[in-house]
Amino acid sequence: MTSAAVSASPRRKSRVRLSLARWAPIALIIAFILAAIFAPLIAPYDPNAQNLLGRMKSPGTLSRSFHYLLGSDELGRDLLSRLIYGARVSLFVAFSSVILSGVVGVLVGMLAGYLRGLVEVIIMRLVDVFLSIPAILLAIITVAVLGPGLMNVIVVLALTRWPRYARIAYGQTLSVANMPFVRLAAFMGASAPRILLRHILPNIIGAVTVVATLEFGLMVLFEAGLSFLGLGVQPPTASWGAMLSSGRNYLATAWWIATFPGLCLFLLVLAVNLIGDDLRDRFDPRSH
Amino acid sequence: MRRFFLRRIGQVIGTVFGVVTLIFFLQRLTGDPTYLLVPETATQADIDAMRAALGFDRPLFVQYLAFLKQIASFDLGRSVIQNIPVWDIIASRLPYTLQLAGGALLVACGLGIPVGVVLALYRDHPASRLLASIVLAAQSMPTFWSGIILIMIFAVTLGWLPPSSTGGIEHLIMPSLALGLLSMATFARITRTSLLDELSKDYVRTARSRGVPMTLLLRRHLARNASIPVITVAALEISNLLAGAVIVETVFAWPGLGQVTVQSILARDFLVVQGIVILGAFVTVALNLAADLLYSAVDPRIRLDGTRR
Repeated sequence: MTSAAVSASPRRKSRVRLSLARWAPIALIIAFILAAIFAPLIAPYDPNAQNLLGRMKSPGTLSRSFHYLLGSDELGRDLLSRLIYGARVSLFVAFSSVILSGVVGVLVGMLAGYLRGLVEVIIMRLVDVFLSIPAILLAIITVAVLGPGLMNVIVVLALTRWPRYARIAYGQTLSVANMPFVRLAAFMGASAPRILLRHILPNIIGAVTVVATLEFGLMVLFEAGLSFLGLGVQPPTASWGAMLSSGRNYLATAWWIATFPGLCLFLLVLAVNLIGDDLRDRFDPRSH
Repeated sequence: MRRFFLRRIGQVIGTVFGVVTLIFFLQRLTGDPTYLLVPETATQADIDAMRAALGFDRPLFVQYLAFLKQIASFDLGRSVIQNIPVWDIIASRLPYTLQLAGGALLVACGLGIPVGVVLALYRDHPASRLLASIVLAAQSMPTFWSGIILIMIFAVTLGWLPPSSTGGIEHLIMPSLALGLLSMATFARITRTSLLDELSKDYVRTARSRGVPMTLLLRRHLARNASIPVITVAALEISNLLAGAVIVETVFAWPGLGQVTVQSILARDFLVVQGIVILGAFVTVALNLAADLLYSAVDPRIRLDGTRR
């Protein structure tokens, strides 16, 4: 449908784009990951240590033995330390749910695309059903059944998101499965698992990676959203969404409590989306 | 046309049936759904009574049939806490959510489509690149944070708008903005892609070479031809907006379906949650169908026997 002229130009442009624009998001994500891994070493204080005399102190305040670089929250806990530990929750939930839903979705989608027949009908109809329930609502009703908590949030997100991967893996498998090298492999007696893993998977992994990257940003937002609603990670564990939620009550008196967790979320998701966009341009210049 | 319509309706019925089945089994993920319906303080006798009253002690298949029958007669059950039909709760909250979604759609289209047009027409202009970055930033902004930032600026600092709750049109501005900004990016993107697609076609080149001004071309031809993907996205975005309302309503204490969903989960009023989720799924399915039908109304080139163009 599109002529090559249209698709080629933004692609070329993205190649000459300042390398800073490409590396800045990667550097930012690495910084978040390092902060999450080394949280106990970096964080100035215990994220749950309360200092009731130092409640809602503005950024830069000294109170007793605490020096609040980014201020303190309503219980006198150091905001910076909580933000650093909050990165752990965000990244852990996003990584785990993306991997879990990705593995399940890709496997199921490949099976549907390769085996066809009844398997295809059942799996793809199931995918349609899952995708016809708005993701947030599906996540919410599942949390309502399972109850909140870190592990449950991961399960809920994986359960909600696998159809996205299944659909893309299915579509890609359909086009790859008919290629001569796959047919030849089958003709030479390669088993179905071998064909799927050795021949089809390497050819569809690019498209799956693009989806997974964009999903990663979405999962960060979902976790924060669920925690914001009180349905995700439970207090006192530091989660950016939950911090935002409690900061909401002190907007007039302590703006920093809600502002900094939101900023962290925004930067992380923006960085992930920038990388996702970049990958999408490379793998599929049309959908720029 | 008729064959397409019948096949599509068949698919819709299949999906709706699937959704109801999925929700039935989700309810039973932890085994006994009775625990979802009783307060945490309930005694064992209460739980047993409730289980018998709701028929959860019957065989699974019998329960499943009963559930299908109940949903087929549009009965969503009664709220355990408020002791009124779930439908009544939905009916009292739905207008607020529709207002919010309408406002957000207005923001999303009103900002997103013009931005998309600019991005497509002035593709290589530096200002356009800046605009593209702003769009991406808007897309990465969690609605609950943008909502809070809006409250801090316009309600707390400037005092121009009320921070929460309902009332006149001024109460609707901030929630609509917070919810709409996210979809704005989607509209901008799809408008841009679709318009670029159209711009590369031969008829545009011919018209341009004959001196037809861009504004005329845009109004007469491009607007209509490029609007097809935008319409599809609009239908899908409406269901996203309805779902996104869950969070935005909580931020702004907006008394719509989203707020009641969250309140019901925290109050363990499961049937209300279930009713709203079922409704949300039905609306999504209906919107998808509407998008398909609109598709052909806008573009007669699309034949409705399933093959396109």
